[in-house]
Amino acid sequence: MNWGSILDNTLSFMLSPETIGFMLAALGLAVHFGYAGLLNFGMAGFMAIGAYGYAISILSFGFPWWAAMLVSIVGAVIFAILLGIPTLKLRGDYLAIVTIAAAEIVRLLFQSRVFDEWTNSADGLGGYHDSFRSANPIPEGTFGIGPWEFTSDQWWSRLFGLFLVALGLLLVWLLMRSPWGRVLKGIREDEDAVRSLGKNVYLYKMQALIIGGVLGALGGVVIALPSAVIPQYYLPSLTFFVWTALLLGGAATLFGPILGAVLYWGVMAFLAGLLPAMANEGWLPMSSTAAGNFRFVLVGLALMLLVAFRPQGLLGNKKEMTFVK
Amino acid sequence: MSSSSPDPTASDAPEAADAPLSQDAAQELEGIDEDTVVETLEVEPTHEIHHATGLATGPGAPGVAKVDPILVADHITRSFGGNKAVDVDHLEIPRNAITALIGPNGAGKTTLFNLLSGFDKPDTGEWSFNGRSLAGIPAFKSARLGQVRTFQLTKVLARLTVLESMKLGANGQRGESIWQAVVPPLWKSQEREIEERALGLLQKFKLFEKKDDYSASLSGGQRKLLEMARALMTQPEFVLLDEPMAGVNPALVQSLLDHVLDLKAEGMTVLFVEHDMHMVRHIADWVVVMAEGRIVAEGPPGEVMKDPAVIDAYLGSHLDEDIGVITGRYDEEGNRLP
Repeated sequence: MNWGSILDNTLSFMLSPETIGFMLAALGLAVHFGYAGLLNFGMAGFMAIGAYGYAISILSFGFPWWAAMLVSIVGAVIFAILLGIPTLKLRGDYLAIVTIAAAEIVRLLFQSRVFDEWTNSADGLGGYHDSFRSANPIPEGTFGIGPWEFTSDQWWSRLFGLFLVALGLLLVWLLMRSPWGRVLKGIREDEDAVRSLGKNVYLYKMQALIIGGVLGALGGVVIALPSAVIPQYYLPSLTFFVWTALLLGGAATLFGPILGAVLYWGVMAFLAGLLPAMANEGWLPMSSTAAGNFRFVLVGLALMLLVAFRPQGLLGNKKEMTFVK
Repeated sequence: MSSSSPDPTASDAPEAADAPLSQDAAQELEGIDEDTVVETLEVEPTHEIHHATGLATGPGAPGVAKVDPILVADHITRSFGGNKAVDVDHLEIPRNAITALIGPNGAGKTTLFNLLSGFDKPDTGEWSFNGRSLAGIPAFKSARLGQVRTFQLTKVLARLTVLESMKLGANGQRGESIWQAVVPPLWKSQEREIEERALGLLQKFKLFEKKDDYSASLSGGQRKLLEMARALMTQPEFVLLDEPMAGVNPALVQSLLDHVLDLKAEGMTVLFVEHDMHMVRHIADWVVVMAEGRIVAEGPPGEVMKDPAVIDAYLGSHLDEDIGVITGRYDEEGNRLP
């Protein structure tokens, strides 16, 4: 077994655009769930809208990369409003049901042949990278140390992603220490109490849904930046992976989603290397492909243990974030 | 017999009884013979009481017009299925006075509260606050107009600290707008004023030492105090208290009574729901009696207690007995029930 390459791959993946995209999506979910108490199980829908909004704007309409990102943001705002209008007046669990369904509707619309001209249906979209790469200020070549050695273009998408993460963190930090964030946390605790004090609870929930949704859409953009947009990626399981990352780090914390995303993808990449290798050595009674997929079973198990024994996550304060009120 | 009278507050009571006596409560108990506290029939406010008189334009009767009403309600009905929970023809609440809303369980008191505060929508009806119609106005707007309420089952914001909960109560905060929230200089000075006011109220309500604790760690009685103090952060004109004394130990009841009287002294109007007739008699200037969704009697506390309609509707066959006994807080010997 080649421990060196497994470890190398793990460390490299912890700085992949997918990890960085997860940071943004988990941060968005922290706004939804950790601070506002909104049970959004449709993050994959926001991520799909972000990725497709970006790709379609460039491929079908010839937008420059930055305008395509603005389209993604506007798309997420519209989706959040459409989602929020019928559900935010209802009890929290309805939002969970509706969001999971809405995210599936979004994915199936992108996948269907009806909009084939723009979405390329099940085959997905690719080849939209030129505009973003032409803005790359980093000189040609390969840079970095050890496992983090990337080409100029690879660094560009990673650094841009991290820049968005920093912006997102700044925004969430500013909002959550303000009276606005205090109202949001109050709503998480008891929205009737907050309503009785003269706050427009519905408006605050909508604003939180929009902000978290935009962060999720930007996460989708960052993941799609160097790769392709495939509808099968935006399954409900994607939402649950983001949830796992969030809960791992701590739902009501600023850096929890960041740490959670890094650790989640670290563990996933490590298991993706380790389990097939173990199968090849004959230590596991299964094929190496089956062993590779076995990591999802372990992730599910880890999520259950996490919620049961450390609901506040690694960085959270047990008193502030638990599932039992 | 008397202890079997159903009381929705009963579920609250054990919690408060189990909770360790708060510091302030313990202080109040010092120097008082413990037996007097436990066995006394009546918990009296420490303040001198000035009952307001001459509130109504005529003798006490259901729907009687008030000299200066703060709230006027007409033809309010609300049904749940086939059951008419509230059916109020006309009701006026006198300004700058303490009005008690009493009645047996299921009389529709809390439903009327929910309707007046915008937390529920009536089937029919019109009501106005300070001459401004409130029908169809969402709860948060009526709160902004100066009409704040508390809840029968106390709603504390468990994982906010006591001070944060208080600051949340202040209205008109610039930093609560999402655009201004991200620019702290726009709201920092206002935040300091709000904090000062919150700390002042916490001191008055003897919760100052608890300011950095999570609200969830407070005892039942302290939660009631916090909820009332938080409501006052909105600087209301009209305070609706839904069973402010339910499940609170006698020492804290006394301080709650004082606080309610203070509200009136500071120019506010109070409407409260309460089961314990002793408290009603002590602090209320005006009593409204509901039964089966209707208002069956109105008047100053002394008169209402003698009203045959009240005795019929509210007390049934227990008319010869002490009303405090009927409410289940005391047994026949006058001992407070646990």
